[in-house]
Amino acid sequence: MEGYAYTIWIILLPFLVFLVTGVLSLRIRPQLAGWIGTAGILVTLVLSLLTAWNYFSAALPADGGWPTVIPVNYTWLRFSDTLVVHMGVLLDPISIMMLLVVSIVSSMVHIYSLGYMKDEPGFARYFAFLSLFSFSMYGLVLATNLFQIYFFWELVGVSSYLLIGFYYDRPSAVAAAKKAFIVTRFADFGFLVGILLLSWYSGTFDFLALNNPDGAAIAGAASATFMGASVLTWALVLIFMGGAGKSAMFPLHIWLPDAMEGPTPVSALIHAATMVVAGVYLVARLFPVYHMSGGAALEVVAWTGAITALFAALIAITQEDIKRVLAYSTMSQIGYMMLSLGVSGYGGEEGLGYTASMFHLFTHAMFKALLFLGAGAVIHAVHSNVMGDMGGLRKYLPITHAAFLVACLAIAGIPPLSGFFSKDEILAAALHHNPAIYGIALLVAGLTALYMFRLYFRVFWGEEKAYAHKPHEAPLVMWGPLMVLAALSVVGGFIPFGHYVSSDRQVMAMHPEMSIAVTASVVSIAGILLAMWLYRRPSALPAQIAGSLGSLYQSAKNKFYIDEIYMGVTKKILFAGIATPVAWFDRHIVDGTMNAIANLTARISSVIKGLQSGHVQQYAVGFVVGVLGLVVIFIYWLKF
Amino acid sequence: MNMLLLLLIIPALTVGGLLFSNGKRLPRMVAAVGMSLQFAAACYLVLAYLQERAAGNTAEMLFTSSYEWFKYLNIRFDLGVDGVSVSLILLTAIVTLAGVFISWRVEDLAKEFFVSLILLATGVFGFFISIDLFSMFLFYELAVIPMYLLIGIWGSGPREYAAMKLTLMLMAGSAFLLVGLLGLYFYSANAADQHTFNLLEIARGGIPIEAQRLFFPLTFVGFGVLGALFPFHTWSPDGHASAPTAVSMLHAGVLMKLGGYGCFRVAIFLMPEAAAEMSWFFIILTGFSVIYGAFGAIRQTDLKYINAYSSVSHCGLVLFAILMLNETALTGAVLQMISHGLMTALFFALIGMLYERTHTRIVQEMGGLLKVLPFISAVYVIAGLASLGLPGLSGFVAELSIFVGAFEHPDVFHRVWTILAVSAIVVTAVYILRVVGVMLMGPIKEPAYASLPGAYWFEKTGALLLVLPILGMGLLPLWLADMIQFSLIPLLRALGVG
Repeated sequence: MEGYAYTIWIILLPFLVFLVTGVLSLRIRPQLAGWIGTAGILVTLVLSLLTAWNYFSAALPADGGWPTVIPVNYTWLRFSDTLVVHMGVLLDPISIMMLLVVSIVSSMVHIYSLGYMKDEPGFARYFAFLSLFSFSMYGLVLATNLFQIYFFWELVGVSSYLLIGFYYDRPSAVAAAKKAFIVTRFADFGFLVGILLLSWYSGTFDFLALNNPDGAAIAGAASATFMGASVLTWALVLIFMGGAGKSAMFPLHIWLPDAMEGPTPVSALIHAATMVVAGVYLVARLFPVYHMSGGAALEVVAWTGAITALFAALIAITQEDIKRVLAYSTMSQIGYMMLSLGVSGYGGEEGLGYTASMFHLFTHAMFKALLFLGAGAVIHAVHSNVMGDMGGLRKYLPITHAAFLVACLAIAGIPPLSGFFSKDEILAAALHHNPAIYGIALLVAGLTALYMFRLYFRVFWGEEKAYAHKPHEAPLVMWGPLMVLAALSVVGGFIPFGHYVSSDRQVMAMHPEMSIAVTASVVSIAGILLAMWLYRRPSALPAQIAGSLGSLYQSAKNKFYIDEIYMGVTKKILFAGIATPVAWFDRHIVDGTMNAIANLTARISSVIKGLQSGHVQQYAVGFVVGVLGLVVIFIYWLKF
Repeated sequence: MNMLLLLLIIPALTVGGLLFSNGKRLPRMVAAVGMSLQFAAACYLVLAYLQERAAGNTAEMLFTSSYEWFKYLNIRFDLGVDGVSVSLILLTAIVTLAGVFISWRVEDLAKEFFVSLILLATGVFGFFISIDLFSMFLFYELAVIPMYLLIGIWGSGPREYAAMKLTLMLMAGSAFLLVGLLGLYFYSANAADQHTFNLLEIARGGIPIEAQRLFFPLTFVGFGVLGALFPFHTWSPDGHASAPTAVSMLHAGVLMKLGGYGCFRVAIFLMPEAAAEMSWFFIILTGFSVIYGAFGAIRQTDLKYINAYSSVSHCGLVLFAILMLNETALTGAVLQMISHGLMTALFFALIGMLYERTHTRIVQEMGGLLKVLPFISAVYVIAGLASLGLPGLSGFVAELSIFVGAFEHPDVFHRVWTILAVSAIVVTAVYILRVVGVMLMGPIKEPAYASLPGAYWFEKTGALLLVLPILGMGLLPLWLADMIQFSLIPLLRALGVG
């Protein structure tokens, strides 16, 4: 369709900015790189808003569903006559929603970073990497096909790697960056095999063909079976493995908490609002296929989400590092989105879970980015990440405090803030499809309120610490973005999401269910009150409770020892069990054989060499022995 | 005159010019000028080739000509190129030119060094433009012999051992090869019912299946030795470790491609039935080397060994893809040859630059170099990312084509080996990022490193000559892939899948 051709520049512009600032990063004034980067991202923000406006203000087509528009689709590579890879732009409600999320959060983070990163030596490099990330993320959300999404999927991975390792002279940052890349790479191995399977059976990578509700493209994969499940289900579970890695779902989550080694604005952008929800987006992107494959793949999605939500919430309560609490909170909330997709049906009211998941993705992006940027302002003020070094900061940081409180209320799901609406829909969807998951989700809602307000009270209330420097409020470039995100966290819930985003693209009316709303609010408020009782004033109570919980508390604090299990597997099995023997085998057996052959040749030659001695007597002896031997052979053996 | 002959004449003239240029500075200037001309000729060849194709010329080989050598044995020197050889010629020209720049500081016996280097390159160019087995073999040997001198004289460490080992193993491979090629000759028949070495004529006449069963493994293994086929790959780590920088670059970047190209052009193209029959065995061998090389690389501490094992893995993938015998995988195989050629040459160039500064190649002895050597380190990261198959760089396009092509075989055997080969992308990430993490990031290990000189202009030129094609191929692969794919049609017809 015409009229949207400019959207390609949303992808290309940050790439150009990356090239310019990347190549010139050592030559130009750092500030200039910052300004170029920020200007570039603001242009894409404007273009994104324009796109959203054009798309949603246009009249709905006759069938009443939001259309899929592909304004640009270049042929990038031809595997065969039928299997062609395109690079292009696909506009539909969820891609536009993601476009808004990415452009808004990325713009805010760029502006914020102008202040936060001001004195860092790698300032220009930082902005180059941010542009690289924005480019990759735009390419990912606007992808028209599985191959394109995989292409940009890897690129966001490497941007994340580069930014986590931004402080590359710190060994912990280097280790965290490596871990993030390798864990997600492992997950992407599954993703890639899933893509290969799906595309082989369907003969296409294109979402439009795959998602076609008549199921023609995926019929082949649906009818073939492998180990008791259809190949389609296997493919979708493998693709979900990629999504689970990127979205830090249990048990592929171990990289996300460590990723907090990166600069805080990066955590806000990549590890809270945009890249980590790519897995959710991937499942949503292929949702019609997941639905058509039967229930098994979605069941996996639902339970993975639910388990992660609970697991991460439990860990979040025990953590001391403010960014790690937020990281586990992110995991838990993404688990929420996943479970919501997992319990969703397709079409009409059945598809409530799908809408709710996207809704929560949107609202979460706003308040979680706000939480991270707020945390950044706190860290900026006290020069520490640890809650033990904080307390009573509401006096020193009034603006940050207000913004942070808004975000905490939003994530806890207190009406009328945005989190309330989206979480409410998720609970409603869960209740109608799977009561067990509903139970878990409700419990997590309470835990969320508890750990968020534990953080809030310990940082902004509680005992005032002896600060080396008097903490001071962040500058305007930093608190400005906080205000924007806080405003969005407040009003975001009033967007009639069902009108725009639904599983079958039809306009869906959402009916808040009073009973669920009240239950959820009561649970959340209980969580908040508990946190207030325990943490508002310094008290010995939390320690006593922790002590009485004994090993449960200890294992949660130690992240349920998942990292140790992974370390065991990689160190003992992959390194000591495979790599070292392979290296030894190659040097000693394979190469040893080659050397042995060479030595043998040399040995034989030195023996044979002796025969040609130049002594006539020796030759004569040889001659006589030879003749006698032949005579014996001829007479006695061959019987001449 | 056939323009392909230019590719032999320019290096020959360069060698001639070098013989008359003495001193330390003059030889490198002569070499640089000569190889720049060669690069220009290769670019011109690509353009001319594309133009010819665009004009609708669908012949199997373009720019063909034929010169008589030994009449009564019907030995001729037949020239011609298709998309596959054109792209590999371009690769060779790029790597050779980069190699000359990287060797800018070679001053011991500079004249002799550049003569050997360019002779080696000449062998490679000759190999790629030949379309008869006799001249292919001749040029193949021409490329291998200077290698012995280059490692033995300008090498480091146990260089005699390494040079001898490399040459002997490759010679053993050529012994297999010679038997295979002669066998092909004696079973061939052209239109006039003569034996022939000409590839196209042999293919047209066909080889009886019994002969194919005998000669396919011989030629495949013979070329495979050069393509680092497990278990005949062990010359590679020792050879690379001792070789001077430019020689490692040419060797891993270009010479190893002769193996892959030979397997493709001779073993598969001339003996498709036997290839289809016996591919299973070699798929196991090559699929195994993909993972084996990757795991082998994890445990190495010397940068050159890491890169050598990584080459075993990547070149294993080339042969693996060739054995899949279909359009997509074969295209991927050629793309992988080009991609591997570029990035491995880049790796060796960078390792050379690092070694000259730090005097070590042991990863653990370096640290924090990103801060001191930003250009070299950044390019190292790019090479590493290309090696682990990052989108936007050349490796990704090649690997994905191979995987998609290999997946076109729906049986369990192919699927299992493909998935195993795919799993190497994870292991590759491990050893690449480990090096990046230890060597480039982290705190500066030695105080002396803080004052290391940055990259010189000739080093930057050499590196950029390789980085830019890696990027170009990764971002816009279509024209290259199409050019290669179009040339596969005759082969696919022979295989009965086109």
